[in-house]
Amino acid sequence: MTMDLTDRRLLREPADPAPRRVANRELQLLALSWLAPVGILLIWEAASRAGLITAQVLPAPSSVARTAWNLISSGELPKHLGASLLRAVAGFAIGGTIGFILGVLVGFSRVAEALLDRSIQMIRAIPSLALLPLVIVWFGVDESGKIFLVSLAVLFPIYINTVLSIRQVDPKLLELARVTGLSRLETVRRIILPGAMPSILTGVRYSLATAWLAPVIAETIATTRGIGFLAMDAREFLQTNVIILTILIYAAIGVGPTVLPGIWNAVCWPGIQITRKGAANECA
Amino acid sequence: MSAPDVAVTVSNLRRRYGERVVIDGLDLTIRKGEFVALLGESGCGKTTLLRALAGLDPVDGGHIDGPTQPAVVFQEHRLLPWAPLWRNVALGMETAVGRAKAEAALQEVGLAGREEDWPRNLSGGQAQRVALARALVREPRLLLLDEPFAALDALTRIKMQALIRELVARHRPGVLLVTHDVDEAVAIADRILVMRGGEIAASYLTDGINATALRGKLLRELGVESDSRAA
Ligand SMILES: Nc1ncnc2c1ncn2[C@@H]1O[C@H](COP(=O)(O)OP(=O)(O)OP(=O)(O)O)[C@@H](O)[C@H]1O
Ligand SMILES: [Mg+2]
Repeated sequence: MTMDLTDRRLLREPADPAPRRVANRELQLLALSWLAPVGILLIWEAASRAGLITAQVLPAPSSVARTAWNLISSGELPKHLGASLLRAVAGFAIGGTIGFILGVLVGFSRVAEALLDRSIQMIRAIPSLALLPLVIVWFGVDESGKIFLVSLAVLFPIYINTVLSIRQVDPKLLELARVTGLSRLETVRRIILPGAMPSILTGVRYSLATAWLAPVIAETIATTRGIGFLAMDAREFLQTNVIILTILIYAAIGVGPTVLPGIWNAVCWPGIQITRKGAANECA
Repeated sequence: MSAPDVAVTVSNLRRRYGERVVIDGLDLTIRKGEFVALLGESGCGKTTLLRALAGLDPVDGGHIDGPTQPAVVFQEHRLLPWAPLWRNVALGMETAVGRAKAEAALQEVGLAGREEDWPRNLSGGQAQRVALARALVREPRLLLLDEPFAALDALTRIKMQALIRELVARHRPGVLLVTHDVDEAVAIADRILVMRGGEIAASYLTDGINATALRGKLLRELGVESDSRAA
């Protein structure tokens, strides 16, 4: 956060005896992590071609890919994907911000905890599906209702992780803040927030995945756009290809957020990574 | 107000945990530039006294007349893992002036040029030296050290003792060093206190005293009868 990239590279090199070997190993592990998904696709394709799986039950990946291509060139898929992503991003931004602010309030103040925490926990216990009818009454069937549902789903993981991370800051470092005469604000900025960051990032990662999956339910509200709608529509018409395609899209995009905080962590908080191994690993 | 050359005056200090009285009417004065070592059996209340002086714990009676913000070095370095060394040293005063002071302080503890490095790249002794720089950069009137060398190996410990002696001579804070090591106390301090029964039971000046004789006396004070190393 405080240094530019060149500085950091200068510092990393002497600490790292064989950076190239480490990088190679990282690459190998990365390749290994893709082995199973790619392998399954290949076996699936082979089994379909050999006639072991009926196309009606489970179409071959190549056939799904053709469907995808058709939907992309017709502009259908980009339209639905765009609509879903927009809802996810808007919901994440709104729910994440509110969750973070509530988390900071409750994390720092016992009064705020007494005032807010029980209500938040109770709202958390309500399943989205149960809220759905009310959301339709409140918001009608336009975008805002869907974004509301996504925001709600995103809010809790961010809230809970923020509260816990603030409460779990090392008391020894808080003592240090006192003996070095840090003001309340400086203590928050220099010690509590950086110390809480790995755990907050865990919440961010989890919420990003939630933000992407929440529209599945939100998109069952009368709509004509979104991946959730595409799946519902395909079910009506028994288009197995499209159903499989939407499932694969959820899987592919769902993996995305898991790498984001890891990257952020590596770029923004280089000091945390090794010294707070447990926490940092959760985010990486 | 205290005299200008006094770092801290403690009078009739009391501190208890529940029913257990740990510090019971303790009196103590440390002058500026004076190096005082505090010995005492484990659990006799040395850390309790130091934390009271640091303002970390409340007291149940008596009076502490000293600086509102003494500097403290703990047994662990307590560096912030997410801040480069200069920010650790300058903690709370991270201005241009603060940075210049931090660099000077790092140089004093033998870590010149490592300002931008991270705590995780340091050895235990180096980390403890940064903690020392963080304490000294504040030019404290009173420096409190709670077994700061306890986790270091014997060689590093000897070097640290020499370093701290030199830095104290230059910056002249009053120093209270809690230690378990009688030899360390004899080697480093101007005055050695033995704590027992919640008060200062004995006080020895080291100047002009035969070190071996003093060592024997201190060991007897601490209840170690046969001294294996002298035999
Ligand atoms: N938070 C606490 N609650 C209750 N009792 C405590 C607490 N902290 C310390 N004590 C008691 O106070 C006494 C003095 O403890 P203190 O830590 O000051 O000893 P010490 O002289 O520093 O010992 P050591 O040399 O082992 O570090 C001990 O008997 C300890 O059990
Ligand atoms: Mg102690």
